[in-house]
Amino acid sequence: MIPSAGNSKQQARDLHVEFFSRPSYLAIIRQMVDAFSGRLGFAPAEASRICLAVDEALCNVIRHGYDSSPDGRIGLTINEPSDDHSIEFIIEDRAQQVDLDTIRSRNLEDIRPGGLGVHLIEEIMDSVNYEHRDGGGMRLTMRKRLPGEETN
Amino acid sequence: MNVNVETRDSATIIQPQGDVDLASSPEFRARLQEAQEQAQSRLVIDLSSVQYMDSSGVATLVECLQRSRTDGIQLVLCQLHERVLSVFQIARLDGVFDIVATVDDALTA
Repeated sequence: MIPSAGNSKQQARDLHVEFFSRPSYLAIIRQMVDAFSGRLGFAPAEASRICLAVDEALCNVIRHGYDSSPDGRIGLTINEPSDDHSIEFIIEDRAQQVDLDTIRSRNLEDIRPGGLGVHLIEEIMDSVNYEHRDGGGMRLTMRKRLPGEETN
Repeated sequence: MNVNVETRDSATIIQPQGDVDLASSPEFRARLQEAQEQAQSRLVIDLSSVQYMDSSGVATLVECLQRSRTDGIQLVLCQLHERVLSVFQIARLDGVFDIVATVDDALTA
């Protein structure tokens, strides 16, 4: 069970799922995110990019947070737009905490495998925020403005 | 994941099928390494049957590219869906790989 930690703002969670840190579940999560994004009016290409960002974030939790253990728990919350006209994705885990200063895009001029996840997330999402959860684990909050709201 | 491999005009053509993500990229990586060992002068990766690829898939291809350069084998990607091409563009790798439209283009690139 991954209850929201005390340092998160208390709000209703429109859609919340919890699952084990197993790569085989990622395709299911992508389908859910794609459907949710499409329902809010995102064009297929943009919904696909949103899926990629969420997928990359979950991959980071699985690989780096839980060291690829299949027994970790991950919570994904999707909140429909409110005052800021943005869809919000919150990913929470109870994995090892990471120094927030080390979470950054790497130099893309250096052509080598790996290390693209953070860059992809930051390129796709309008806002990205990492924080430590009280009691252990991480919380990643990503927001994407609705179509037609991009310049607001 | 299913991966078709064939030889045509002295090129090895590998065609993965399905999503290339964290779950499937280890298998894709293994099959790609096998195909690379078979390749004589050209390795073509036909992505027509790949609807989704994440950074683990891209990393596998970057690794393949590095090996190809070391081995003197030309690596060409072809038939990328828009969704997959988008990942390369965001990662600024679309100018690093040889990316063409069709398998025939890849065989003559």
